[in-house]
Amino acid sequence: MTGKTLYDKIWDAHVAHEAEDGTTLLYIDRHLVHEVTSPQAFEGLRMAGRKVHAPDKTIAVPDHNVPTTLERNNGIIDNEESRIQVEALDTNAREFGVHYYPVSDIRQGIVHIVGPEQGWTLPGMTVVCGDSHTATHGAFGALAHGIGTSEVEHVLATQTLIQTKSKNMKVEITGTLAPGVTAKDITLSIIGKTGTAGGTGYVIEYCGEAIRSLSMEGRMTVCNMAIEGGARAGLVAPDQTTFDYVKGRPHAPKGAQWEAAMEWWKTLHSDDDAQWDKVITLRGEDIAPVVTWGTSPEDVLPITGRVPEPGSFGGGKIEAAQRSLDYMGLTPGTPLSEIEIDTVFIGSCTNGRIEDLRAAAAILKGKKIKDGLRAMVVPGSGLVRAQAEEEGIADIFKDAGFEWRLAGCSMCLAMNPDQLAPGERCAATSNRNFEGRQGKGGRTHLMSPAMAAAAAVTGRLTDVREMM
Amino acid sequence: MDKFETLTGVAAPLPLINVDTDMIIPKQFLKTIKRTGLGKNLFDEMRFDENGAEKPDFVLNKPAYRDAEILVAGENFGCGSSREHAPWAILDFGIRCVIAPSFADIFYNNCFKNGILPVVLPAEQVETLMQDARKGANARMTVDLERQEITASTGEVFPFEIDSFRKHCLLNGLDDIALTLEKASAIEGFESRAAQSRPWV
Ligand code: SF4
Repeated sequence: MTGKTLYDKIWDAHVAHEAEDGTTLLYIDRHLVHEVTSPQAFEGLRMAGRKVHAPDKTIAVPDHNVPTTLERNNGIIDNEESRIQVEALDTNAREFGVHYYPVSDIRQGIVHIVGPEQGWTLPGMTVVCGDSHTATHGAFGALAHGIGTSEVEHVLATQTLIQTKSKNMKVEITGTLAPGVTAKDITLSIIGKTGTAGGTGYVIEYCGEAIRSLSMEGRMTVCNMAIEGGARAGLVAPDQTTFDYVKGRPHAPKGAQWEAAMEWWKTLHSDDDAQWDKVITLRGEDIAPVVTWGTSPEDVLPITGRVPEPGSFGGGKIEAAQRSLDYMGLTPGTPLSEIEIDTVFIGSCTNGRIEDLRAAAAILKGKKIKDGLRAMVVPGSGLVRAQAEEEGIADIFKDAGFEWRLAGCSMCLAMNPDQLAPGERCAATSNRNFEGRQGKGGRTHLMSPAMAAAAAVTGRLTDVREMM
Repeated sequence: MDKFETLTGVAAPLPLINVDTDMIIPKQFLKTIKRTGLGKNLFDEMRFDENGAEKPDFVLNKPAYRDAEILVAGENFGCGSSREHAPWAILDFGIRCVIAPSFADIFYNNCFKNGILPVVLPAEQVETLMQDARKGANARMTVDLERQEITASTGEVFPFEIDSFRKHCLLNGLDDIALTLEKASAIEGFESRAAQSRPWV
């Protein structure tokens, strides 16, 4: 018998029913719910007279739409449609009896930050959410992926998903990272290499020394963007770093249950003789601090590079690259480090955790942002915000000239008032640089929190290594 | 969900790769709590200018394609977010079949839940169909799900693959949830076993 991958093991442990054609009902351990992709699902349940099958495994939190300005503390959401969505979640969460962190709760935040923080996300689990960045939870060795609203309704009603198995891909990052290179640079570099469709049909397991040396925060950043590489999910096998992070969290197992869980968790790794359908290897030493130049997350280059010629690509990418450059207002040949920015956004489920804020603050300490620049930090959760205030990081941001916001998705997708104006150029720590993602006509360059902080100081895309 | 059996209609060519969900339906339209009414904002930023006027160059604004029921697109169609608003908008516009060399995973799944048929064909065949679609309203394609074939206006036939369970649900307009609930005893059996083996979950 050949060995199994981590994905195979988690999959096998969650098969509730398998039909002859291989169509599987996969049992779901944790279902995370937010206000944008759930109203139609709850409405569907109501219309069919169905209940939530396992309210105890369902966790709801508003994040996409909520304002992040301090006025929110008065309990007012100005935008009527946003207010209706948040109120609908409120009503649905209470009516169907699921766990709920309302806007007023300090534990509220981006769903993918709240889940791990509260210990809902544990190794070996299946985790889904009506949001593509559910992949984040894969950092714990949990099989986690985004689903559509019909599937949200399906999970609410049955606690299962109809699934067919994906293929196994191994992405190995060997060696060590150079100073100034972070988890964000790893994940962007992988997508730069494989393309946004490179992972389609696969579940990726990230491994290798460089991944092992990452903190949980860093691993979450890497897995978060598995979806930008097209994969269904990303995984990192759990190890001592994982166990140390999980232990003592509010919903983590305790006592004898912890011991029992640990026994199983320690078996959660790919066997040496496991079969991989695809393997990709990158040397940690070869990864540089990177930025995106275009409107697809695969448009990645080291900060020392230049805006590319569309003609240097092949196939359908030539047109796409030309379209990107027109949209981004960039000329081929321009050094990336000469691109001036108007705005800096630090936050999102990719980089809104405490370690991300620490990394940015380390660069900003004692410095000011460039005159005329708009800069904001949006912590990923109320608890991250509180911790940053306690550590004095909030003051570093404020002294530097950053706005210090309340938790939410904010300018990552600009559903709330935090948006770019047409033509406004932003250094962002989020995960998508699609046209219009951060506001109609807005221009997004993706990068790490440290790189975003460096850009805030100089007012242009900047190699963070010059400031270290 | 409406059944999908056969469809004969105009196909609109959209020769772009990596068409993402923000292009299909920008986030300002995600604030709805309904599934319907999104068709008027399908491809909003490509379709309308800042003042809300139609951009005449965009394919769905051309007279020949205003009633298109099929879309032919480039690889990795539907990448980006999990928003089901994307297939809802496509359906609400009146498109029930999208043909591309590849689709993003979540979008592909979402189509089936809404009675939309996503068809994957090799890039050269999609290119041939793209050329066919460029002929406008005179060129009507036929999509036959039962036979798993697309017939171009030229009469050329393109067979396609599809998962048998999904085909069955689409042909019969079946509701997944009702089907799954028929397996309630399997689910409960799993739950009681898991309560023993993984009591901490
Ligand atoms: S922070 Fe951005 S990517 Fe993450 S869940 Fe919110 S909108 Fe989605």
